[in-house]
Amino acid sequence: MSDEARRLKPVDVVVVGGGWAGSIMAKEMTEAGRTVVMLERGPDRSTAGEGAYPASIDELEGNFRYRLFQDLSKSTVTIRNNANQTALPYRRMAAFLPGEGVGGAGLHWSGVHFRMPPDDLRLRSRVIEKYGAKFIPEGMNLQDYGVTYEELEPFFDKAEKVFGTSGEAYKVNGQVVGQGNVFAPSRSDHFPLPPLKDVYTAHLFRKAATEVGFHPYSLPAANASQQYTNPYGAQMGPCNFCGYCSGYACYMYSKASPNVNILPVLRRHPLFELRANCHVLKVERDSTGTRATGVTYTDAEGKVVTQPAEMVILTAFQFHNVRLMLLSGIGKPYDPVRNEGVVGRNFVYQNVTTSVVWLDPKVETNQYIGAGGGGVAFDDFNSENFDHGPLGFVGGSPVWVNQAGVKAIAGAHAGGPPGTPRWGSAWKAGMIDTYRHSLRIDAHGANMAYRDVYLDLDPTWKDAYGQPLLRMTFDWKDNDIRMNRYVVDKIGDVAKAMGARNVHLTKREFGQPFDTRQYQTTHLGGGAVMGTDPQTSALNRYMQSWDVHNVFVIGANAFPQGTGYNPTGMVAALAYWAAHHIRTTYLASPGPLAG
Amino acid sequence: MGINGSGFISSRRRFMQGLAGIAACGTVSASGTGAAAPPRPYTPVFFNAAEWNFLIAACDRLIPADANGPGALALNVPRFIDQQMTTPYAQGAQWYMTGPFVQGPDHLGYQLPYPPRDLYRHGIAGMNAHATTRHAKPFAALAPGVQDDLLRAAEGGKLVFGDVPSAAFFDQLLANVMEGAFSDPIHGGNTGLGGWAMLGFPGARADFMDWVDRYGAHYPLGSVSITGETA
Repeated sequence: MSDEARRLKPVDVVVVGGGWAGSIMAKEMTEAGRTVVMLERGPDRSTAGEGAYPASIDELEGNFRYRLFQDLSKSTVTIRNNANQTALPYRRMAAFLPGEGVGGAGLHWSGVHFRMPPDDLRLRSRVIEKYGAKFIPEGMNLQDYGVTYEELEPFFDKAEKVFGTSGEAYKVNGQVVGQGNVFAPSRSDHFPLPPLKDVYTAHLFRKAATEVGFHPYSLPAANASQQYTNPYGAQMGPCNFCGYCSGYACYMYSKASPNVNILPVLRRHPLFELRANCHVLKVERDSTGTRATGVTYTDAEGKVVTQPAEMVILTAFQFHNVRLMLLSGIGKPYDPVRNEGVVGRNFVYQNVTTSVVWLDPKVETNQYIGAGGGGVAFDDFNSENFDHGPLGFVGGSPVWVNQAGVKAIAGAHAGGPPGTPRWGSAWKAGMIDTYRHSLRIDAHGANMAYRDVYLDLDPTWKDAYGQPLLRMTFDWKDNDIRMNRYVVDKIGDVAKAMGARNVHLTKREFGQPFDTRQYQTTHLGGGAVMGTDPQTSALNRYMQSWDVHNVFVIGANAFPQGTGYNPTGMVAALAYWAAHHIRTTYLASPGPLAG
Repeated sequence: MGINGSGFISSRRRFMQGLAGIAACGTVSASGTGAAAPPRPYTPVFFNAAEWNFLIAACDRLIPADANGPGALALNVPRFIDQQMTTPYAQGAQWYMTGPFVQGPDHLGYQLPYPPRDLYRHGIAGMNAHATTRHAKPFAALAPGVQDDLLRAAEGGKLVFGDVPSAAFFDQLLANVMEGAFSDPIHGGNTGLGGWAMLGFPGARADFMDWVDRYGAHYPLGSVSITGETA
């Protein structure tokens, strides 16, 4: 196709994808004096448009017609549980909700903004140190990221200041300074904003968790607790707990998004050009295959064009990045039979279950009040914060009340306690009771990588541009099911301390396969992971392709295994980390940054 | 469909057009309690007379009027569903509808070649055919208890309508019924904000800055819609 494609004027950098990672990389590259073209396959979007109140406050359009999400008619994935099955297309939105359009998933995300736990960054090393190499189950591809918390700390800090993140520190520069997460590592500075107020359910959870002996803290939230101006001069208004974060553009300009926090500044930069409705088909390479020459894409008019560039930065959603690498022949595709190759390896998801607690009927839980990143969590059973030795599994879960705002259609679907019909008068009574008097507690767990869980190209189904869909081979493993069941039991203890009238603990069940029909989380990871060994990672520790040095790939695709925390904070920090090394080293002397 | 200015206006337009219709093949009757205003006659634009009769009867069973609040008919849920059938959603515009269509285990998701409009056409015809074979009457003419039995059978996947499993049709119907009862009235349902009032959902009020830490206190303001209607 590229032979016929019209060639455009070369630029220094082409950025593929207009979400958080793309906006950060474009900002950094223009700051470095480089010309940048950002290609976004979806429409142009702004908070002033999509976020305008009151039209934006429409649950049907937002959460049930997916107005800000990926158009699956053009491109989707196929899914199967194991290599013996035929993978089938993900035809309708359900289990996960990838974004599309300028701002990407960063426009419709919730706002939970974590730093990756230090132990998670070197999980393989840590597990071996504590429990010995034999502790790692057969087939689990446990790996280190190849970058430490200390190295990333300045970039976590930078991202929080750009995002206007609200939270309470525990340790700053080694000194205990507040009531934050006692398990969190030391920080170089406080959060830029104080934590959000607790909604009532989070308040009750904090109190009960403390009584049980756990260590609750305010979730770090990229929902501004106060008026804020970020280092780029972008302004945010204080969150009013409207309850329309997840799935919506924030009409208060309170939730951090590329559209609020970076793009208003970037769009005015003379070295920056945004092209929306441009679907990238392939990264082009020179005759040696070791250097990218640009990208070929279908533009808004449907014409195929080639954009030459000195550097290509892939910043699409996790699985789109992996697919573009596979379609472009960048890096060796993963072969699960031989356990060789790297692109598609270590695909991971997140292990989330939501339990429900019913309080006294006199207690109104006001679940419609909320902020996407707000809430109270405890980390006593996350990461390596507890002794896994006698438990025999790797990984953990933070536990939290993260009341993002339950609206009416979602409330209707939630229905009554288990056993209640889904319709009729009994449903009605149960649903009203649940909506008014219950609260939800999540175990938001890690998912480990396995040899036979991976991504490749589907042999049958194609996208609207004639290219093969990405195929996911994924299922829950014994390790993750046991982890989930152990942690969820702790929720029972908290519910008891709350004086719950009724509790439904939701646990993953052995033998129950990954179900693509139920929303779980959009936190997909891995597939093109970072590391220090080119045999087990597609990217070096600077997010640079081992094989094509002028291709950088930024996203949750870099996570070698899943983590209990939400990924956006880590993705942003990795973008700033990579950008720093591109700016300080690569631009002056292009070539491999690690070897 | 976008939520930008044009999407908003087109929704409004559809809504107003809906209100302007005159009953031709059946109307939604007010059998629910708690409706703020009597429902107006409505002419379906997508469903034919037999389908419309089924829809009205089924909606009345899925959300019956009772002591807890209005039912689906008082909330104009059938009108909502009919109006949804004229949107890109009903054509499966954002679904991946490229073949081949291969059936697999349920947990790998929906694999039928039918968008919502077709599911309704096949599903309602199937339900009526089944009702007529078993009970010599279409669904809408059966006693409520018999209707419930049929709906439960469909829900449990015990009926087959050609190549449409009854559970797929039922899930489509139930999802749209819930949407019609609890979405903003701008889409044609939730008349008088009756669904929201029943739940205690304030709607598009969307500002709780001064209420977020009033723990345990009852929120005093009623529901409000996108157009400013209150309840």
